[in-house]
Amino acid sequence: MSSTDTTTATTAATDAEAPVDAAVDSVKAAPAGVSTSDEAADLGAGLDALETETVEGTPLRRVLLSKALPPLIAVVLVLLLWQGAYAAHLKRPDLLPSPLDVWNSLYDQWLQGTILGTIWTSLSRGALGFLASVVIGTPIGLLVAKVKPVRAAIGPILSGLQSIPSVAWVPAAVIWFGLSNATIYAVVLLGAVPSIANGLVAGVDQVQPLYLRAGRTLGATGLRGVWFVLLPAALPGYLAGLKQGWAFAWRSLMAAELIASSPALGLGLGQSLENAREVQDMPGVLSTILLILLVGIGIELLIFAPLERRVLRSRGLLVARR
Amino acid sequence: MAPVVTEQLPTSPALATEPPAVTLDHVSKTFGRSGHAHPVLDDISLNVAPGEFVCLLGASGCGKSTLLNLVAGLDRPTSGSIEVPGGRAALMFQEHALFPWLTAGQNIELALRLRGLPRGERRAEAERLLTLVRLTGSHKKRVHELSGGMRQRVALARALAQDANVLLMDEPFAALDAITRDVLHEELTRIWAETNVSVLFVTHNVREAVRLAQRVVLLSSRPGRIASEWRIDLPQPRRIESAGVADLSVEITDQLRGEIRRHVQH
Repeated sequence: MSSTDTTTATTAATDAEAPVDAAVDSVKAAPAGVSTSDEAADLGAGLDALETETVEGTPLRRVLLSKALPPLIAVVLVLLLWQGAYAAHLKRPDLLPSPLDVWNSLYDQWLQGTILGTIWTSLSRGALGFLASVVIGTPIGLLVAKVKPVRAAIGPILSGLQSIPSVAWVPAAVIWFGLSNATIYAVVLLGAVPSIANGLVAGVDQVQPLYLRAGRTLGATGLRGVWFVLLPAALPGYLAGLKQGWAFAWRSLMAAELIASSPALGLGLGQSLENAREVQDMPGVLSTILLILLVGIGIELLIFAPLERRVLRSRGLLVARR
Repeated sequence: MAPVVTEQLPTSPALATEPPAVTLDHVSKTFGRSGHAHPVLDDISLNVAPGEFVCLLGASGCGKSTLLNLVAGLDRPTSGSIEVPGGRAALMFQEHALFPWLTAGQNIELALRLRGLPRGERRAEAERLLTLVRLTGSHKKRVHELSGGMRQRVALARALAQDANVLLMDEPFAALDAITRDVLHEELTRIWAETNVSVLFVTHNVREAVRLAQRVVLLSSRPGRIASEWRIDLPQPRRIESAGVADLSVEITDQLRGEIRRHVQH
């Protein structure tokens, strides 16, 4: 360990106290005269103290240096390359605008007051479609994972569905539902449900048989076994499936909005991308792509990453990587 | 080497007044279909008296774990009958098998909940059990924060939380280092005396069996049959390195080796 580790972050304090607690307990346990039983208690507490790992947290400054700095440098490099290509006139300026042009396009949209509304239209569709996918995909995943005939029947289809690009569903959905919200949600569901269901199947398959055996001896059988043992044990895989499900929902939504655009549907990011293309507004296209990317990354960083980290850390599956 | 003399000591005459906590009556277990049948346990008859500590000892392939699964109700015998009058038996594994998504205390509380204890009583009962295994104040510890010995103690507390009359232990200390195992032997002996639970403890470690048990049952291998039995009257707490334990261990080890040698293929 390096010398910076001596500055212990506040989160580490509780962990570091563990062995001290054990030692204090053993002292309390042996107040009068030392009998063999108290000796055993002392010995046990001593062993516990020796064997318990003390996990020290990483100081904030190091986290910033090791986690935030590298991506920042990468972004700056990309911007510099972009600016360089623009300055060298590799393409006509209307085909390859500068980073500043794209920024100005974003700023104009902000001034027009449309940007938040556009993002909200898409984001609310994405969120609603994703939640519906969770509600539909979870029971399907559970059935496929636990019921053998169901697995044999639709398991391969479910994983096969994942390899269909969601754009492929758009024409079918338009024929069925016309240019309506139903079309957009159908495409989102077809994109996200398989990956959520498959994530749960993978999560259930990875559950250690020992946990199920232990659960059965404790009396957790049938539905109680599913609720108290199987689902919590499968949670890491399920979360990974949810994360992928969100990515698929977001992608499918953009495909659907891009193709099935009509004034009646309101202006989402996909439509505004298509609108910008129609008037050959390259800065507008790039700025919209940037927004789509930012929303995707934002949801990942704000919702899924902390959730996943919490679940993994509480199970001791996330040992501080340095 | 002289032929192995199977000395059959008188089988548990004491405690005949109370019905046994576990009764195995001519139990056999065969895996596979007829034709390729593969007998694992053959005609095992064994009683465990209430409050008795019995160690099942045997080499690999003696069907120890199969036997425990049968008693735990996780599997059914091919023939014969198994009775556990107190209902379900608690089972403790070689791996701690604690649920990593729960804290130490929550693991115990889950067992209490599945047993049907009302919500309001669970917390206090979990604390009592943690104190019993000398882990007072560890309620909120995550499983991965505990040492190997502490995990097995929480696992023991969780097994005790089922309030079963019979505690089945499947080599629970085999993965621990010698010093920790020694401490847990002392704790188990103490807890067994305090709770008056019947223990059926499976091990391949002869000294461990002699250190812990009132009765040691030696199983032969492939198929598992009861080969021999010893009643141990050494006073508890015993020390695993004491002369009494060592002497009996030598005797039992000799027989165990005899059983293993029968499998030499000529």
